[in-house]
Amino acid sequence: MATVTLHDAGTRKKPIDAGTTGLGVAALCVLAFLYTPIATLIVFSFNSNSITRLPLEDFTFDWYTRALGNPDLMTAVWNSVFVGVSAVMICLAIGIPTALALDRHDFPGKTVFRRLVILPITLPGLITGVSMLTFFRSVGVDLSIWTVIIGHGTALTAIVVTNVFARLQRFDRRIEEASADLGARPWQTFRHVTLPNIRSAIIGSSLISFTLSFDEIPVTFFLTGRDNTLPMYIWSVIRRGITPEINAVGTIIVIVSITLILISVFMMHRENDRAGPVRPAR
Amino acid sequence: MKPRTRRLLNFWSLFTGPALWWGTVLLVPYLMMLAISFYTRQFPFHVPDFQFGNYVTLIADSQYFTVLLRSLWIALAVSVTTFCLSYPLAYFLAFKVRSNRLRLFLYTAAIVPLWVSYLLRAYTWKTILGSEGILNSFLMWIGIISEPSTIFLYNQGAMVVTMAYIFTPFMVMPIYASLEKIPRSLIEASKDLGAPRFTTFRKITLPLSMPGVLAGFTFTFGLSIGDFISPILVGGPYSNMIANVVATQFGMAMNWPLGSALGVVLLVIVLGIITASDKLERIGRINLG
Repeated sequence: MATVTLHDAGTRKKPIDAGTTGLGVAALCVLAFLYTPIATLIVFSFNSNSITRLPLEDFTFDWYTRALGNPDLMTAVWNSVFVGVSAVMICLAIGIPTALALDRHDFPGKTVFRRLVILPITLPGLITGVSMLTFFRSVGVDLSIWTVIIGHGTALTAIVVTNVFARLQRFDRRIEEASADLGARPWQTFRHVTLPNIRSAIIGSSLISFTLSFDEIPVTFFLTGRDNTLPMYIWSVIRRGITPEINAVGTIIVIVSITLILISVFMMHRENDRAGPVRPAR
Repeated sequence: MKPRTRRLLNFWSLFTGPALWWGTVLLVPYLMMLAISFYTRQFPFHVPDFQFGNYVTLIADSQYFTVLLRSLWIALAVSVTTFCLSYPLAYFLAFKVRSNRLRLFLYTAAIVPLWVSYLLRAYTWKTILGSEGILNSFLMWIGIISEPSTIFLYNQGAMVVTMAYIFTPFMVMPIYASLEKIPRSLIEASKDLGAPRFTTFRKITLPLSMPGVLAGFTFTFGLSIGDFISPILVGGPYSNMIANVVATQFGMAMNWPLGSALGVVLLVIVLGIITASDKLERIGRINLG
């Protein structure tokens, strides 16, 4: 037995056996399971069938024209873009200083603070949603698109904090010291040394936060006023019934969000590769 | 200026804004929810109080207790299903795919659905499983059934399938990460010592991938127990979960104290699961040396 194994180890190429084949088939089935619904969404957005059922009928762009011509839907899209962009601003304005403080300072209650900050992405979104609803109602703030923005800002800042913090941890502080030694003022050091080093983490986490905000339901559900975001609009439509217009909108969302995410992954990877040479030699 | 003073000044110039923000919009709301869970409901709203009546109701009233048990059961079923789907995929990626490029491509393919709108992913299952849906029309088209069947949608099975579908990437990621970290030498050593393949898997690979499995279970369990969208979309009449009841109490029922108490229970369950899996992982680490 042992000798046989040694022989096998010598020849690099292992034969593909039944077990491996079975595993491969299982893996492919799981991938198929993951993509069937998405494929369904895309295929039926181009199909003239007004009920999502087989067999397929004619190819059409009708649902796209209808979706783009639907004023409620377009308003919801713009609301979502507005909410997403504003929420990302909050995430950055709060997230970057928080990450810097966590990276560079020790203060009493730091561990508790760290746990608190990531709670919104650890706990079900609904808990953050209802507690913020409680808060806004108690202090007499009416629900509107602004409460939604604050909600998203709070729920998603943790993404910026964790990403920027992780990058700062790998960042060599001696470059900053060198900059200070060479006479740069603190804000110059931040602008020209620190910021370029965390830039891709900032861009990447902004894109992720925007994508998540664009898709957010549990927090929005409790904080929304009269202005619907896109998911809330879709939610109200699909509860009434199924319309292929939603498939068309869905397909657009799928393409846009996958593009944004691939860009953000690419940004983060590229910076990780570049991190090496930036570090000074010992 | 003394260095210490300057440091303090630096710190507060950085931290005042965030501290105020986190305090106001995060800490205060969470504490408010906790406080209101002890309030008494009084029509049309509620009055400050300190009593455990809301929590007692959750246990004593079978209506709520059933929901609590059902949520735990569904979350467990979803986690187990997700695990069964994810482990073979992650294992295949980590050990059987030889080309690095192909592996990266397949791994990315497994994660990408995560970024497709949550709502749309739940909704497509409604269009697939419904009585006029794709599954039914397909089965009728190929002649297996002659009339549309209603058994696919609006039950707990549909809910488990939908959630398992949505959360599978959350299980694949940590399992793959832990499988990839296993030193190949350990597996080869086991083979060289004559262990059958399944024994190697049971004694080496599986135990060493437990941290990933635990992390995956924690993610999926926490996510599914807090979901109120899938139950409404595909769950049918007997599918209320904790999150649905919380939503109702804060919405139509207007019983914030009870809703808050249930929210706190949900929070404790999720934090409990996270802590437990942390502990388990640590014990495992020591045992493995």
